[in-house]
Amino acid sequence: MAWKDLLVERRSKETLNALLFFSLALLFVFQFALGPDRERLAAVLPGLLWLGFILSGMLGLGRVFLVERENDCWEGLLLAPGDKSAIYLGKLGGSLALMFVMEAIVLLLFALFFNLDLAPVLPGLALVIGLGTLGFAAIGTLFAAMTAQARARELLFPVLLLPVLVPVLLGTVKATEALLLREPLADVAHWLKLLVAADVVYLVAGLLTFDFILEG
Amino acid sequence: MTTLLGWLAALSLAAGAVMGFGVAPREVTQGNVQRIMYLHVPTAWVAYLAFGVVLVASIAYLARRRPGADRVAHASAEVGVVFTGLTIAAGSIWGKPTWGTWWTWDARLTSVAILFVMYLGYLLLRGMIDDHERAARYCAVLGIVAALDVPLVHFSVYWWRTLHQPPSVLKPGAATMPPAILAALLVNLVAFTLLYVYFVAKRVRLLRAESEALA
Repeated sequence: MAWKDLLVERRSKETLNALLFFSLALLFVFQFALGPDRERLAAVLPGLLWLGFILSGMLGLGRVFLVERENDCWEGLLLAPGDKSAIYLGKLGGSLALMFVMEAIVLLLFALFFNLDLAPVLPGLALVIGLGTLGFAAIGTLFAAMTAQARARELLFPVLLLPVLVPVLLGTVKATEALLLREPLADVAHWLKLLVAADVVYLVAGLLTFDFILEG
Repeated sequence: MTTLLGWLAALSLAAGAVMGFGVAPREVTQGNVQRIMYLHVPTAWVAYLAFGVVLVASIAYLARRRPGADRVAHASAEVGVVFTGLTIAAGSIWGKPTWGTWWTWDARLTSVAILFVMYLGYLLLRGMIDDHERAARYCAVLGIVAALDVPLVHFSVYWWRTLHQPPSVLKPGAATMPPAILAALLVNLVAFTLLYVYFVAKRVRLLRAESEALA
């Protein structure tokens, strides 16, 4: 499943390209909104970074099940043999891969535009981003499947997703902030634990409930 | 049955009002404003109760597929959202004279606000799916996920606010309540719980009638 989606994505490149340009545009908007004051910029940078990830991720995730819908393959998903949670994991894997590529490029652009030296904190940052993205994609994939069949789905998806994601957003922003201030990761261990807990809860919830979503 | 429940709720609400305005003494430092507590605490309790019921009914629906369980979840979520709104409104009205502000990003206020938005989303999702059975299933999943999210929201918001900024306002400490105030609060808690049960029962009936009429 993940393989199929990634293949489609690699052939068409439509989502990734659009997402990249979207995040580039976001970078400009942030810069215009905040002005050139470096002090102020540094204080809000972690929040901006995650806002960028979340906004672009939301656009990407919202489309996860649209390929099936647009091409009338929803029944194909329903009829797929085997465990439905395999479809969930496949979709999750596909979105994770897409988001990681997008995040890596956005991070690079961030470092470039805002003149940050990210190299020393890269391992920690990768951990935080990995944990945050996993939680985000785990719950996002579930909600994307739910809203795919609803009216006004483009609107409904973020409305459902954002409040549920508050813990992940807070945890990642706080941990990123500590990293950018060159604080040791041990200081934010409680946030990392929260992120891990959120990931586990979302993943288990997704795996257990996905069957019910794909029933009809 | 429902009518009896309604009368019981009305009676106990009247008793609660008498207790709150008449029997309970005027609080020394806050004055009469403190009496908002007799509304604020029971509505908050009912809101949490309602969302707990949504969780249980959602699990029951996914396990057994009885439309009744779904109606209970639907009704309870609606009542819960209304009471969460009441809690926030009453808290704001109390907060303005006491803290000097309508709203502050305190941990508890923030998590209740997130709860409010989350279950508003739940009701939105219900409205946006045309197929009844599918709406029931999806909402049951959302009701479970949202309830699972509550402890996460609670902890994250608590750390977010209280590790960097000591709680200065919302920590009453171990102040014990005078018995009259406690009694008034308890009567109101019972009254609002009865009111909640009445609302849910009434709403479930309406939903059943609605689906029978459409069938």
